[in-house]
Amino acid sequence: MVSKEDVYHIADLAKLDFSHEELEKFTDEFSKILEYVGQLKELDTEGVEPTYNISSKVQPLREDVVMPSLPKEEVLKNAPEEQYGYFKLPRIMD
Amino acid sequence: MDITSLSAVEMRDKLLSGEISCREIVKAHIDNIEKMEPEINAFITLTKEEALERADRIDEKIRNKEEVGLLAGIPVAVKDNISTKGVRTTCASKMLENYIPPYDATVVERIIEEDGIIIGKTNMDEFAMGSSTETSYFGPTRNPIDTTRVPGGSSGGSAAAVRAKEAAIALGTDTGGSIREPASFCGVVGIKPTYGLVSRYGVVPMANSLDQVGSFGRNVSDAALLLQAIAGHDPKDSTSMDLDVVDYLAHIEDGIKGMKIGVPKEYMEIEIDKSLKDKILDAINILKDLGAELVEVSLPNLKYALPDYYIISTSELSSNLSRFDGIRYGYRTENYSSLDELYKKSRSEAFGEEVKRRIMLGTYSLSKGHADEYYKKALKIRTLIKNDFDKAFEKADVLVGPTTPTLPFKIGEITDPVTMYKSDSFTVAINLAGVCALSMPCGYVDGFPVGLQMIGDRFKEINILKAAYALEKNLGGVR
Repeated sequence: MVSKEDVYHIADLAKLDFSHEELEKFTDEFSKILEYVGQLKELDTEGVEPTYNISSKVQPLREDVVMPSLPKEEVLKNAPEEQYGYFKLPRIMD
Repeated sequence: MDITSLSAVEMRDKLLSGEISCREIVKAHIDNIEKMEPEINAFITLTKEEALERADRIDEKIRNKEEVGLLAGIPVAVKDNISTKGVRTTCASKMLENYIPPYDATVVERIIEEDGIIIGKTNMDEFAMGSSTETSYFGPTRNPIDTTRVPGGSSGGSAAAVRAKEAAIALGTDTGGSIREPASFCGVVGIKPTYGLVSRYGVVPMANSLDQVGSFGRNVSDAALLLQAIAGHDPKDSTSMDLDVVDYLAHIEDGIKGMKIGVPKEYMEIEIDKSLKDKILDAINILKDLGAELVEVSLPNLKYALPDYYIISTSELSSNLSRFDGIRYGYRTENYSSLDELYKKSRSEAFGEEVKRRIMLGTYSLSKGHADEYYKKALKIRTLIKNDFDKAFEKADVLVGPTTPTLPFKIGEITDPVTMYKSDSFTVAINLAGVCALSMPCGYVDGFPVGLQMIGDRFKEINILKAAYALEKNLGGVR
């Protein structure tokens, strides 16, 4: 079981905000999902290696050569706010 | 002649023989899109003008007797989580409603190099999270077979577009069944290639270790043709393998005499409607009659695949989606007074309910105190599932089973998240093991298609294509 406080803490880590009602609904659903995935605990995995990625071979690396990249104007086109050729952020220090 | 009813292979042949022009092909599809879209909603963005311009260039190439590519003149629909330069790519989310990529995904580059005509960007579950295309910010796609029902998901727009003849072939992505389940629900063929066969560069990631781009077609050859065009190593994706790609179409008709086909007994133990199961068993008998040898195989840890998938996929996606911070691209909230508030409000206002639910589950699984219990445990179980498949492929060339536990359900019918997740009961294990699979229609129940899933070992796409092609020929035109 998870408590509302747990859900609130996870939301903070995930940078998400929930209203009071959303939090109630979510805690309930979240408990059900955790109960469902909880069946994994019954399986004995002592001594089993984890599989992060299926590719067995070493990943092929390319040569480190300078290649053309996207022009700055193109990259900044999708930014919600930009100034002097940089992404613009609110002040983070007083 | 109704051009849109031709197969992709036929369209290309008739184009090269001079019987029809590329402009005629594209125009016929645009006319059909205009007729169907108000009801189906398979597309988020259409690229009609660009498609007609490209068609004229292909026609000119043919007039000048220049060599043309594998997909010459064929209208292709592209799922909206695959980057297209200058054409907005939304992932069906408010977060990327106005995002216009400054570059093409490698798979899109390949389609263009092979002279395919991109006709539009298709609807999907938001950020590919769902099994019904109902979580799209742009409204649900409707199943062309019965518009009160879902087309499956997350690549529901691509499957519906191909079924409704709005495009001849389409690209989708499959993280846990997102190509195969909609292919099953719409009665078309959908291929999820081996992890590492197709480049993921420029594809908005959901779960990096599971995602793979694949193809849809109204028959096995058409889907194989598109796979041929996109398969192969890409230096921009270090997980794409540097292997020689097999010429699928040259070998697809080789037949299946002596091929070993396994029916994992655990596949038949998962809850499924009996009428669907009967169709699957009929298809297996046809394969046997065609000369395949049936062998017994077992995937003992299959029942853990679905919960295992949900831990691993949500862990990866919660980390992936942290890139959407309202700063570099995507939605930014209007009112904020601190950086933390900017992050939280932008994300909360722009992500839909299912996306938030999965980010939360993933964050929980990775968080301090729970990572060993959930994430690490899930990775170990993934090893057991992978080993099960490795053992099965020591005995069999192809595994067969159902694609989905049910026929297409009604729009709005499933509201409980766990019930929705169970739509993927038969498909997620394939992604965890990184092997290849396809879904093809093997018959109809109450007017709805039943999807048969064929699973092949890593980079053995040719085996499932041969078996699917042989079965399709002998089902006598199920469509």
